[in-house]
Amino acid sequence: MGIEEKLPNGILLASLEKLVNWGRKNSLWPATFGLACCAIEMMTSGGPKYDLARFGMEVFRASPRQADLMIVAGRVSQKMAPVLRQIYDQMADPKWVLAMGVCASSGGMFNNYAVVQGVDHVVPVDMYLPGCPPRPEMLIDAILKLHDQVKATKLGTNRLAQIHDLETEALAALPTSEMKGLLR
Amino acid sequence: MSTTEDLYAGASETTEGRVFTVTGQDWDSVVQGVHEEADERVVVNMGPQHPSTHGVLRLILELEGETVTEARCGIGYLHTGIEKNMEYRSWVQGTTFCTRMDYLSPFYNEATYSMGVERLLDIEDDIPEKAQVMRVLLMELNRISSHLVAIATGGMEIGALTVMTIGFRERELVLDLFELITGLRMNHAFIRPGGVAQDLPPGALDEIREFIKLMKKRLPEYAALCNANPIFKGRLENVGHLDLAGCLALGLSGPVLRSTGYAWDLRKTQPYSGYEDYDFDVQTWDTCDAYGRFRVRLAEMWESLKIVEQAADRLSGLEGAPVMVADKKIAWPSQLAIGSDGMGNSLDHIKHIMGESMEALIHHFKLVTEGFRVPPGQAYVPIESPRGELGAHVVSDGGTRPFRAHFRDPSFTNLQATSVMSEGGMVADVIVAIASIDPVMGGVDR
Amino acid sequence: MTDTDKTEKAPATIGTEEQTVNEPAVHSHGEVVGVRQGMFGVKGSGDTSGYGGLVAPKVFPSAAQRPYGGWYDEVADALEATVRLEGVVIHRGEITFHVRREDLVAVAKHLRDDPALRFEFCAGVSGVHYPDDAGRELHAVYHLLSMTHNRRIRLEVACPDADPHIPSIVGIYPTNDWHERETYDFFGIVFDGHPALTRVLMPDDWPGHPQRKDYPLGGIPVEYKGGTIPPPDQRRSYS
Repeated sequence: MGIEEKLPNGILLASLEKLVNWGRKNSLWPATFGLACCAIEMMTSGGPKYDLARFGMEVFRASPRQADLMIVAGRVSQKMAPVLRQIYDQMADPKWVLAMGVCASSGGMFNNYAVVQGVDHVVPVDMYLPGCPPRPEMLIDAILKLHDQVKATKLGTNRLAQIHDLETEALAALPTSEMKGLLR
Repeated sequence: MSTTEDLYAGASETTEGRVFTVTGQDWDSVVQGVHEEADERVVVNMGPQHPSTHGVLRLILELEGETVTEARCGIGYLHTGIEKNMEYRSWVQGTTFCTRMDYLSPFYNEATYSMGVERLLDIEDDIPEKAQVMRVLLMELNRISSHLVAIATGGMEIGALTVMTIGFRERELVLDLFELITGLRMNHAFIRPGGVAQDLPPGALDEIREFIKLMKKRLPEYAALCNANPIFKGRLENVGHLDLAGCLALGLSGPVLRSTGYAWDLRKTQPYSGYEDYDFDVQTWDTCDAYGRFRVRLAEMWESLKIVEQAADRLSGLEGAPVMVADKKIAWPSQLAIGSDGMGNSLDHIKHIMGESMEALIHHFKLVTEGFRVPPGQAYVPIESPRGELGAHVVSDGGTRPFRAHFRDPSFTNLQATSVMSEGGMVADVIVAIASIDPVMGGVDR
Repeated sequence: MTDTDKTEKAPATIGTEEQTVNEPAVHSHGEVVGVRQGMFGVKGSGDTSGYGGLVAPKVFPSAAQRPYGGWYDEVADALEATVRLEGVVIHRGEITFHVRREDLVAVAKHLRDDPALRFEFCAGVSGVHYPDDAGRELHAVYHLLSMTHNRRIRLEVACPDADPHIPSIVGIYPTNDWHERETYDFFGIVFDGHPALTRVLMPDDWPGHPQRKDYPLGGIPVEYKGGTIPPPDQRRSYS
């Protein structure tokens, strides 16, 4: 703290982690994975009224190799699931997945043979966004919460430790159907 | 070093075909060698994930250079089993399912389904006038928003990004109106068998009139930007040509059919929901190509605006009129209102069913839990959706659930024309041809 | 209102000015398509309401009597000149011609080509599975539109589960290409003569035909905080 006061103007001190994460979150390029109705709301978020460009996300990269964030917008059918996985695999690290809408998060209203009940059966999801379809403001809110997640990601060995901690926590977590006593 | 001098280079025949070992400065001989095998064609997959294929459509193209020799569509990547799911839900809940099929024109799915159910219930003549006018109003607003997306995404796919931004800007105006009237921007389950779910909120008519005024200033922008634009015309003219005989053989309807010059519009020829009382024209163009379809869609937006204006005028004289059929055993009971914690059952309605009328309580209970029973039979009521003839084939076996609800979706049929439109042309024209058909994959795959 | 009440109201002919006579519905072959047992779809001893013993037949609209009224007679005459129809039903202003599958191609060709009929536009095939209609389980429903005369009719063809073959009319109405593939995909009706009958909406190697009544909805139990709800086809509900 004392060093910063002694330095001349124009020099900022930060940790490498903060810098890298700042760069990552401010230009999360989404991969076009619009499937159904949520895709239209996603396109609207990129449109003039709810501008995603102010978050650095206007460029929807068609090629997954150039994208960081896969917004799975819409219902994923059984036929589409392998394609989804292939696109996810083609993305380069670091990558994030945002399940937009209830169909992507949990199968939505389509609890049947044709829809994968949540894309977390196929790819690891970092942010779930409910809604049918979620308003563009909700999508932007989810993206900002994802930004917070990105900010909190560590680098290097710290990251490995963080992953280990997250996994042990998830393995020991209480399943949703066991969370009793919430209704009062 | 060329292949003729190098011992190890040159072509060799293997079980896999001819194999070349390339050592440098021998591109010409390699190309020549490959060219001899002219029966090797390139099959390119414009896969389900693609920015320009209008949704999850897989195009399997056989290319010879830049020319498409064979084009096939792979569909089914958005198949959701909606039709089967509707068999496990009551008749009114079916509206929420079918609205998500063709997600760019949700009111049309709801309307054709509700009209099919109403025909089976034999209450077609009992639908109150206000409900019919509201249906027409919402459907025509939906037509405007759907054509805007068609033009916007079509423009984006050929690289005209401004068309995309202004298209979505205008669409926001329509979505604001939808939100005001139905509560949702998309996938409203608003048109239900018997009428519409709720009355117009106060202030809606003024908003509609503001919207009309604004659209009249904004719509000419599209014409100014695209109609005489040489690049636009160069990309769209003579692309995706399909004449009248072809259209009828392939069962195409909607703007694609009207771009051949044939003025077939179900709103005029087989009117429903009171369309015979509105003054509008059927728009056609006579070049059977993508440019014609674009002009038809643009002109249809103007006609829809005319109809919206007429509907708004009619609605101003229908204050306080019912919006649901009078038969309490079918009419969806609850009236919704905005309270302190959001939208929910209006307190008046709750007071009525809990304090005033036992019958109303019973109706409410039975309708919400069991739903009404529809007499056995089948009905097919087709309507003119922005993409063509959309019809729901509804079969009832006398129960509280649809026995079978099959949707004849225009995008499903129209997409069959891709092969005819694309083969012989260039790869870039495939994109334009499909954009001019304007398929919505939710409707194609259901 | 029980189901038997509703069957009493089965509509008589349409297009005539006379008062519809309220006669008991005639249950001829092909009309009673199954029975409805019980009021709630409960299996086993879960239903204590007493409605569990309810048995009501599902009666579809009866065959129409001549004269049909309007232009229906004209079309029916033209059709009966070519083939023997299995039945004609007029319900809520819509006419359905039940055709035997052997006659389908001839009927379709006649409907398209005869200048008095001119049904140029086929709006596709819709499959329906009636598991209780023995010997005629799988129906294929064709909706035809005559743009010249501004008319709509419906053709219905039935085939048994044991031999699910229906001749394809893609040669007459090319628009049915994908529609027939979809009906094959979902019901297993094999359209003989179709150029490339494969699955179109389900993955190519999918087993079974999903929209048949004996195919499960395929949902999974939904987890909520503190409980699980069974999928839609296994929940208790009204039938």
